[in-house]
Amino acid sequence: MDPVAARGPIKFLRMKPGHGEVLLAEGDPRVREEEERLIEAFRRQLDEGMWAAVPTTNAGSGRREAQMVKTYGDIPEGAERVIFFPRASGG
Amino acid sequence: MLLALLALALIALVLATPILVREGSRWRARRAARRPAAVDPLDTLYDPGRERRAEQRARELLRSCVNDEEWGMYRDLGFIRVAGKHARRDSDRTTGPAYAYLIYPHKPIVAYVPGNGQLLSEYCVEFPDLTGAGGRHRLPASDDVLAKWMALTSDEDRVIRRANMHLVGRQLDPARVRRDLWRLADWQRRRVTGRRQSAGPASRGPQSGT
Repeated sequence: MDPVAARGPIKFLRMKPGHGEVLLAEGDPRVREEEERLIEAFRRQLDEGMWAAVPTTNAGSGRREAQMVKTYGDIPEGAERVIFFPRASGG
Repeated sequence: MLLALLALALIALVLATPILVREGSRWRARRAARRPAAVDPLDTLYDPGRERRAEQRARELLRSCVNDEEWGMYRDLGFIRVAGKHARRDSDRTTGPAYAYLIYPHKPIVAYVPGNGQLLSEYCVEFPDLTGAGGRHRLPASDDVLAKWMALTSDEDRVIRRANMHLVGRQLDPARVRRDLWRLADWQRRRVTGRRQSAGPASRGPQSGT
């Protein structure tokens, strides 16, 4: 089965100076038009130089951690949100 | 004669008016194109209420991503500890992390050895949003912490490669970091004690009933 088709609704959030997080897009990847909108939003954020991460819980240890996603297809199954944030640079 | 000249000048002016108007609007368009994009004046004004609301939202997002212990640490101490993923020896894998990081908002990440509290280095790293309007590039403090936490827990090597590494003391006072490690140890002790105390009556309850 296509992993994208197995996902439920998902939110794309972006950290923004002066705002906190901003909702960029929200949709159900199982609905074709909504998935296209999500893919477009994902691509636009990466084009703007953002990193994308999905907060997850490690199945073995139960520890909370994040998983970087570099393409829309990398979004793990069951992810409810993807957080976009500016990429790191030496300070 | 004078009247004829005036009439000619008037006719010339009338004929030239459309050309002058067209050139004028072109000049205005060129000038507007050279000018930087208009910025919403509200974006350039510092609004403490707005910054506070942004920070509040950022705290909620951070809280929803990290575990209870990390959230409590940030709320009570102002920083989060993240374990390093690499092990120097096989024994490190069983006895705990060989090194760990302290994540401060808008300050360098500090690496240290949990076993003896030795400070290793500070990693200067920023997450500047260069697309931000009004010259505002800095994320709210809790978003900065979350960005570091996500980067370290997902791809530690990448964020460390991008950071500028220095000995501890360049931006952070080593005495302050050592004090924070002491506060962290104390906080963890009190947390464990509090958990035992709160679990005590509940665990004794059924026994006392038998």
